[in-house]
Amino acid sequence: MISQRFRPAHRRDVLPGFGLALGVSLAWLGLIVLIPLSTIVARTAGMGWEEFARIGLSDRAFSAYRISFGTAAAAGLVNAVFGLVVAWVLARYAFPGKRLVNAIVDLPFALPTAVAGIALTAIYAPNGWVGQLFAPLGIKLAFTPAGITIALIFIGLPFVVRSVEPVLADLGRDIEEAAATLGASRLQTFRRIILPAIGPALLTGLALAFARGVGEYGSVIFIAGNIPGRTEIAPLLIVTQLEQYSYDGATAIAMIMLLVSFAVLLGLNLLQIASRRRSAA
Amino acid sequence: MRHSATSESRAARAALIGVALLFLAVFVVLPLVAVFSEALKHGIGAFTDAITTPDAMSAIRLTLLIAAISVPLNMVFGIAASWALTKFEFPGKGLLITLIDLPFSVSPVVSGLIFVLLFGANGYLGPWLIEHDIRIIFAVPGIILATVFITFPFVARELIPLMTEQGRDDEEAAISLGASGWQTFWHVTLPNIRWGLLYGVLLCNARAMGEFGAVSVVSGHIRGVTNTMPLHVEILYNEYDFVGAFAVASLLAGLALLTLVAKTVLEWRFNLHRTGVSH
Repeated sequence: MISQRFRPAHRRDVLPGFGLALGVSLAWLGLIVLIPLSTIVARTAGMGWEEFARIGLSDRAFSAYRISFGTAAAAGLVNAVFGLVVAWVLARYAFPGKRLVNAIVDLPFALPTAVAGIALTAIYAPNGWVGQLFAPLGIKLAFTPAGITIALIFIGLPFVVRSVEPVLADLGRDIEEAAATLGASRLQTFRRIILPAIGPALLTGLALAFARGVGEYGSVIFIAGNIPGRTEIAPLLIVTQLEQYSYDGATAIAMIMLLVSFAVLLGLNLLQIASRRRSAA
Repeated sequence: MRHSATSESRAARAALIGVALLFLAVFVVLPLVAVFSEALKHGIGAFTDAITTPDAMSAIRLTLLIAAISVPLNMVFGIAASWALTKFEFPGKGLLITLIDLPFSVSPVVSGLIFVLLFGANGYLGPWLIEHDIRIIFAVPGIILATVFITFPFVARELIPLMTEQGRDDEEAAISLGASGWQTFWHVTLPNIRWGLLYGVLLCNARAMGEFGAVSVVSGHIRGVTNTMPLHVEILYNEYDFVGAFAVASLLAGLALLTLVAKTVLEWRFNLHRTGVSH
């Protein structure tokens, strides 16, 4: 490392290919990611406030944002609890079939979203395996916000488990032993010692799951029912605008989603920095 | 029997394991079982009929074609980006890594939208493309572009941590012994990273074949022409052909299972330790 850092600028590196590799990477990144993404900003800037607000801030759009962000948050809360339990069990206990359970956690990453969408709809529809248990109680799951939340729980689970699990596994047992020696109960140790230590990782997992949930499309549209104002998600509204060839409307909604997601992620990041500082102090 | 001070009672352990397994069973395993059960509802004959219709066959062919083009492109990019990022020091590294990850944080629908804004009839390059009779949106090139965007980070993300850990000593030794740059890459670097590379390619391929939202926006859903397998599942489902939809879906679910098995074997056999989230 030292020799690298103090190497005089004019001497050539012994390893070749830096220019070629960086050139290929930057060209591909620019062509595939940066130029296409910049069209959202360019189109927004070019349309004027009135046009932007007409669709981007319409009543229908606002209820779509509420549904998208609300269900993503609800699914995040469920995953925070159960994802933590799954991560705990995987990191700390030995039990038969653990390798299989570990692989199953990644299924939502690997299963195409449309496949997940129709499967969840089949299960939670009023005549489905789970739906028929709730139908006599007058509870509808599919085609309601509850159904959207169920789909987002499925999609978000691995983000939480995979963020928390390595931290739990690496957590030194010595502090827990010290806490126990000083008379703390297991639950006290968890609340005062373990939870603060895994807090940042849990928040990271939640942020990733939330960001994914807000933009999720394939697994949601089948189970959502897509009733404007009630179960219409923001990504679907973008598709609807595009089907009417309203590029500006689609862009306005996309821009607002990007801004809100960015604000939420920024907020969570700040929270994470604060909690890291607290646990370090 | 008393449990140790830093673990839970036997009852608490059993309860926690029970809760975790029940949650996974209901939310993750049940949907998978439903796919195969619905696909085979009317017997194996109906299943094979559904996946051998001309529309289904052309969807399968298109999906394989899309993956065959976009995965190698992103593999070359992933290797090049990791080589530059892990073997050399230069300013702006952190920014470059963040930009590579960008497609992961964009909604699939927005990933499709950006290519419509560029190449669609009312897009920036639309009029020029129409004048020259080039079709990108509602055609195969658009599907490939959207897929490449969506799967952009997969290979680089697996290789960067692996190659950072390996450093550049092996390559420097090879060069000082007189090997050329390409010889060094083929005979030193590639054997070192092959399992990590395979891992990244597998994940990239699974996503390329299964992508729905982005592809749905740019495809136009033209049966037999721009219909990939996930889009075909949607069309069949919306036509109430549930056995057909689940039959095609079960092929995709099979691919997901194969990917998971390969991933588990690679992690276990070659000790590719996973820290953090791989999408």
